[in-house]
Amino acid sequence: MSESVSFLTACALKEKYLKREISVSGVIQETLKRIESSDSAVHSMVLVNRESALARAKGLESKKIQGRLYGVPVIIKDNICVESEETTCASKILKGFKPPYDATVIQKLKAEDAVLIGKANMDEFAFGSSCETSCYGPTRNPWDLKKAPGGSSGGSAAAVACGFAPLALGSDTGGSIRQPAALCGVVGLKPTYGRVSRYGLIAFASSLDQIGPIAKDVRDAALLLSVIAGYDEMDATSVNIPVPDYSQALRDDVKGLKVGIPREYSIKGIDPEVAECTKNAIDRLRELGAQVTDISLPHTGYAVSTYYIIAPAEASSNLARFDGVQYGYRASGGKNIVDMYIKTRSHGFGDEAKRRILLGTYVLSSGYYEAYYLKAQKVRTKIKEDFEKAFRTVDCIVTPTSPTPAFGIGERMQDPLSMYLSDVFTISANLAGLPAISIPCGFSKRGLPVGLQILAKPFDEESLLRVAYTYEQNTEWHKRSPKIGG
Amino acid sequence: MEYEIVIGLEVHLQLKTKTKVFCGCSTEFGQPPNTQTCPVCLGLPGALPMLNEEAFLYAIKVALALQCEIQPLVKFDRKNYYYPDLPKNFQISQFDKPLSYNGALETVSDGARKKIRIRRVHLEEDAGKLIHETKGDYSLVDFNRASMPLLEIVTEPDLNAPQEAYNYLAALKSILEYLEVSDCDMEKGSLRCDANISARKKGSQKLGEKVEVKNMNSFKAVRSALEYEANRQRSALESGETIRQETRLWDPGKELTLPMRSKEEAHDYRYFPEPDLVPFVVEQAVIDRIRESLPELPRARRQRFIKAFELSEYDALMLTTEKGIADYFEACAGLYKNRKAIANWIMGEIAGHLNDRKTDIRGLGVPPENLTSLCAMIDDGTISGKTAKEVLAEMIDTRKGPQEIVRSRGLTQISDKDDIEEVVRKVIDANRKTVDDYRSGKKNALVYLVGQVMKETKGRAHPHLVNEILRKILGD
Repeated sequence: MSESVSFLTACALKEKYLKREISVSGVIQETLKRIESSDSAVHSMVLVNRESALARAKGLESKKIQGRLYGVPVIIKDNICVESEETTCASKILKGFKPPYDATVIQKLKAEDAVLIGKANMDEFAFGSSCETSCYGPTRNPWDLKKAPGGSSGGSAAAVACGFAPLALGSDTGGSIRQPAALCGVVGLKPTYGRVSRYGLIAFASSLDQIGPIAKDVRDAALLLSVIAGYDEMDATSVNIPVPDYSQALRDDVKGLKVGIPREYSIKGIDPEVAECTKNAIDRLRELGAQVTDISLPHTGYAVSTYYIIAPAEASSNLARFDGVQYGYRASGGKNIVDMYIKTRSHGFGDEAKRRILLGTYVLSSGYYEAYYLKAQKVRTKIKEDFEKAFRTVDCIVTPTSPTPAFGIGERMQDPLSMYLSDVFTISANLAGLPAISIPCGFSKRGLPVGLQILAKPFDEESLLRVAYTYEQNTEWHKRSPKIGG
Repeated sequence: MEYEIVIGLEVHLQLKTKTKVFCGCSTEFGQPPNTQTCPVCLGLPGALPMLNEEAFLYAIKVALALQCEIQPLVKFDRKNYYYPDLPKNFQISQFDKPLSYNGALETVSDGARKKIRIRRVHLEEDAGKLIHETKGDYSLVDFNRASMPLLEIVTEPDLNAPQEAYNYLAALKSILEYLEVSDCDMEKGSLRCDANISARKKGSQKLGEKVEVKNMNSFKAVRSALEYEANRQRSALESGETIRQETRLWDPGKELTLPMRSKEEAHDYRYFPEPDLVPFVVEQAVIDRIRESLPELPRARRQRFIKAFELSEYDALMLTTEKGIADYFEACAGLYKNRKAIANWIMGEIAGHLNDRKTDIRGLGVPPENLTSLCAMIDDGTISGKTAKEVLAEMIDTRKGPQEIVRSRGLTQISDKDDIEEVVRKVIDANRKTVDDYRSGKKNALVYLVGQVMKETKGRAHPHLVNEILRKILGD
């Protein structure tokens, strides 16, 4: 088996399976070998299911090549429940927790004959933009091991960039799929809120969370989205709209498509190289026939503060269940139930988790609720309306994904505010529930990837994919891979 | 100084849906601990609630029967607090927009009617149950009850006496049973009641400091606890003390209320809209359909019974409070014309047996046609009323019909005048002294002689005829 198998896309793997050029066992062995030899430097994985992956591969070989993800290695962010596999959200407080059930997306992957390789590192409970708040220690950016991969789905993005698997699942609450995808030079898609079932995704902020694909190219992202999307009777917030065949949206053509460039996204803090890459990408789209127009999203400036009220508020309540009673970590030596709670939560949560729980508890407290939570919800509506208005004149909106390329490990950990601003371009899509994708659109002089974000109307993932695919077909960025381990 | 007592009640009612309110687990009572659970009701990470439509429809049913308005947009909220029986450490409930509000319930006592306003009826989930081990430094949790559907029914402070609170609960229970939405069993915890009680000077508009009373596990306990609490507050105020706002627990053994160990910090439940459940509009058509399908409620049935069966207001109230009894009476009344007799038997002997045997009318095993046959046998003189009581007891014990019992035990009443006269003469011969007493004016002596005749005939002689024949022979 050649080394090159590792960088094959899911779609390419399928072709080779059909032609009997490779075997599932061969691919999985190769995948595991590559993770073993290279992941010690990157630390993208927190759990590798060696035995079960090999057994599954063997089982698939006697099966017809039919499943849409037949024999495709997939890596799962550690906040998505996989039956009987430790699922921790990279938090000490969930150490030892093995869910007795599969998340809906996992059931769907299994039904399409995917091979689950293991769990990817992340910021603790997805609280962060650098993968540094993980209780397992940080993941490193495959393009520069001194840099962070972004977060919170940093492990998933880094693993795909390293070729550990063509596909990974991430989750996105304020940019947690798109920002690490941008910083790791891969494709990351956050679907419309309600497009993918959240059942089995350990909630951070229920009204913002969405599971989505991370892949090497747009075609693979579309494939994985087709598999995981759809209404789920286990998730009341999933929406009963038929799932289109997203591969049909992959047309190399943006002629006449109206692309909006929001003027509020030209902010001071933006890195000049990122600005340049974005400008070049927009020019490219124009050359390809898109109609580029200026638009305004007047409430953009409030997005980060709105988000940092709503998200922690929901998180403080969602994380209340981690109390040491039923599962996960329980501190010893508690004198009574309250003492046990205090000790467990004090030792079990990391600093960022505690910070967000405190923030969220504060903004929901009686006397403050109206001033913070309620007001934030009103602003959220305004932000949503900005987009509704904009989408009356444009088909999609293009922005940078992250204001900077990958930043140094440790660089922003002492300054939460600078960390929170990493998501300044991505947060609005979550507040408005819109689909958004990040695709590679260039590199900095130091060789760090830059991502382009495309947003579309709710449930119009097809427009996203069409623009992303066209851009990708006419550029080479996605073909580069980092060199790991020599 | 005269004081007025002001009471408001908060009832928690478990709905008897097939499955829990936010998941598909069974609601069956009395199963082994933690066998009726799933990731959702255990609050496992990643699990999400889905509203049970049946629970929602039951809630609307109750709301309409209590004449409430229905909230046009239904939403749920999270009530955040830590307790080990609460798996998510928040309860899915309804806060600022209850499912329904502004209702009313009419109670009747001693012929007096009173309208009690219902402030709100909302739907929420129940918590699990803690089991405290006597040994060891731990407690156990049973989550079978977690996420069972609960309705919270809150009155305005319209009740002014412990007896009124009792009447309200009885009337509420009656309606709920008619709706067939709950077992309403306080012992099993399917109906729970907390009370707020305060006292104020008569004529004052301002409410006094309210005390919340908990831990009452029967309607009678509610009344007793409120009586105790009303007296306590009255005498405290009379002696110039002030009432402290607090929660007190009813101690049924000592028959008094005691302050709950002080968790003085005011609870901040940090309510906010439950993001996992999407608010939805209740269509008027759904409300109309439920309204049309509501069964006849106790009040309407009472009026109908008075008219159709010529019952007194009191009898009608007694017979309609429990739906099972009302159905039973109505079935009997359809079979036999002497409704007054049927009513008396049901309110007397049958009620007694139900009470003694701790069962319901179905469990008693006396089909309507058996009770009406029994009444007919009394009315046509086949057996005496006294014998009938014995026959009824045997009907319940053996599940046999009254004819069979009367026949096989030879209980038929002796109505033949010659037969009775023969026994009467025997008794007169054997009781000369009593006969003399009677003749010398002691009229009470006759009762003794009648008793002797009944004894001789093992109670089978027709009492009216015995009287008549005795008097005739004794020359009255």
